[in-house]
Amino acid sequence: MAKIEKSGQSLNQIKTSTNLVFNFVFLILAVMCVIPLLFVFSISISDEESLRVNGYQLIPQVFSSSAYVFLWNERTTIIRAAFMSVMVTVVGTCISVALNTSMGYVVSRRSFKLKQIYTWLIFIPMVFNGGMLASYVVVNNILNLRNSIWALILPLACSAFSVTICRTFFRTTVPDSIIESAKIDGAGQFRIWSQIVLPISKPVMATIGMFAAFGYWNDWFQASLYIQDVNLQTLQSLLNNIQKNIEYIANNPYGGLSLQQYKSSMPTESVRMAIAIVIIVPIACTYPFFQKYFISGLTIGSVKE
Amino acid sequence: MAMKKTLDKGSKSGVKPKKKRWSKDDTELFLLSAPTLLWFLIFSYMPMFGIIIAFKVYKLAPGGHGFLYNLLHSEWAGFGNFSYFFTSNSFTMLLRNTILYNIAFIIISASVAVGGALMLSSMRNKRGSKVYQTMMFLPYFMSWVVVSYFVYALLTPERGYVNGIITALGGERIMWYQESKYWPFILIFLNTWKGMGYGMVLYLASITGIDPSLYEAAVMDGATKSQQARHITLPAIKPVFIMMLILDCGKIFNSDFGLFYQVTGRVPASLYTTVSTFDTYIFNAIQSTAPIGQTAAASFFQAICSCGTILLANWIVSKLDNENRII
Repeated sequence: MAKIEKSGQSLNQIKTSTNLVFNFVFLILAVMCVIPLLFVFSISISDEESLRVNGYQLIPQVFSSSAYVFLWNERTTIIRAAFMSVMVTVVGTCISVALNTSMGYVVSRRSFKLKQIYTWLIFIPMVFNGGMLASYVVVNNILNLRNSIWALILPLACSAFSVTICRTFFRTTVPDSIIESAKIDGAGQFRIWSQIVLPISKPVMATIGMFAAFGYWNDWFQASLYIQDVNLQTLQSLLNNIQKNIEYIANNPYGGLSLQQYKSSMPTESVRMAIAIVIIVPIACTYPFFQKYFISGLTIGSVKE
Repeated sequence: MAMKKTLDKGSKSGVKPKKKRWSKDDTELFLLSAPTLLWFLIFSYMPMFGIIIAFKVYKLAPGGHGFLYNLLHSEWAGFGNFSYFFTSNSFTMLLRNTILYNIAFIIISASVAVGGALMLSSMRNKRGSKVYQTMMFLPYFMSWVVVSYFVYALLTPERGYVNGIITALGGERIMWYQESKYWPFILIFLNTWKGMGYGMVLYLASITGIDPSLYEAAVMDGATKSQQARHITLPAIKPVFIMMLILDCGKIFNSDFGLFYQVTGRVPASLYTTVSTFDTYIFNAIQSTAPIGQTAAASFFQAICSCGTILLANWIVSKLDNENRII
């Protein structure tokens, strides 16, 4: 049995030796999660010739900034893709927060006449969806959003899950008395939502916004289905397309041009890893600050009524 | 159903009487919700009618009409598209892969997350624990495209880090992307790796919410560490555990598309029977010239099964322990 110390706090503590073992285990796990980033970064600053001779090294044998110089020279492509990524993320996040919180607010109103219908309307998509193909047909054939920025934004803008998080948050934290008194003062529901409820609901907006922002920034799937126009590529789809072309060549070695010609027209490995770094750095720098919102989202959402 | 009961309770305890007319308030709330309502109708409900595609032989009608016109004027196929899919060579392979991978993922991820959370919660150095948590959370924020670059850096045959280590130790290079026997382990490892930070922190949040006086009382009564874990900590995380389990069971016919498609290098032929799932099959069918009705049948089969499993899991939970069901 663990040694019992006097203060109540330490009752629940473990032996020093166990603590050391736990620390060791988590140190290994934590390093495992972070080290691939270092691998990729190290390749991106390696000299291409030394990569060819020595393979990948944790510490590059010959340093070279050529990958980043190449990116700088090709900056119109990179900046355009980065601009698209930022644009999709910003516009998408704003739309997503507006759609989810407005619906969340409406279904949180107990007096709303259609509340029961709405609750089912939001619940059904949680257990049943039409499947990947049907969604594709709707966006591609019925809405005709192929090669449009809206194909990247709209399908991800809303979810039953986020609406439920918002509803639970509004029910549990926004007092009815505030809304009633605003109504008596003559405010309409739109004004109550935008000027009273949202300003005191920053935590849930942050949660929904963070889910949406990371979802948009990391999305490559929508782009691979709907976007062929290179001018509309995001960073993720740029990375995805480069890899796709390289694998196509590897699998179809005799398709037209010779392998050498193709290979020389492709970005080098250090350049590809450098593009990956361009995607990762904004996330790696920001996620420690936003991490708590992801957890609070799930814990808010799981509160049952 | 539980939801319906709470609804009735809610409206009874509401401020306004139950029999009320449609008011200005209702109109305003309806208008406020209209954009989201429209979104749900288009992006959630319209695809549900995609079921029709699965029962049709889609043909382009002469005259350049739109998709809907062509669809409605195509011939009915009965269950032809479904029977084509069920009798195709791929069906049992896809079913086996999708379900077995998911079962492995659920068991391993849940054990790692619960075990990790128990360990993190009992660590003495809280600041160290925070640092570990943040570091382990990083993969959760990486897209599978980026992860596929990590994997490529490790596994590419000529230059990769892993083969570098193997040859340095005197072994033979392994052609990772052509040897199917390693991939179940690689995929299970990656899935655990990407999700463990999130899972641990999620369970940790419910462990830190436990009243410390429970542990004090247990220690006074002479409970050992393992008894405390079994009788205090585990019951406290049970609701979250069951919620995650039901949600995971609902996804048992789905697969994390990016994991199976991107990381394996777009499902090369050498790995086809090992790493194909319903999602990679349907995605490839969308990109190919396969008849749309057959793809729709596969897609619809998957959606129906998902719906069935989530309801079944919830029903089983409600039989065992009515408190913890989610629907």
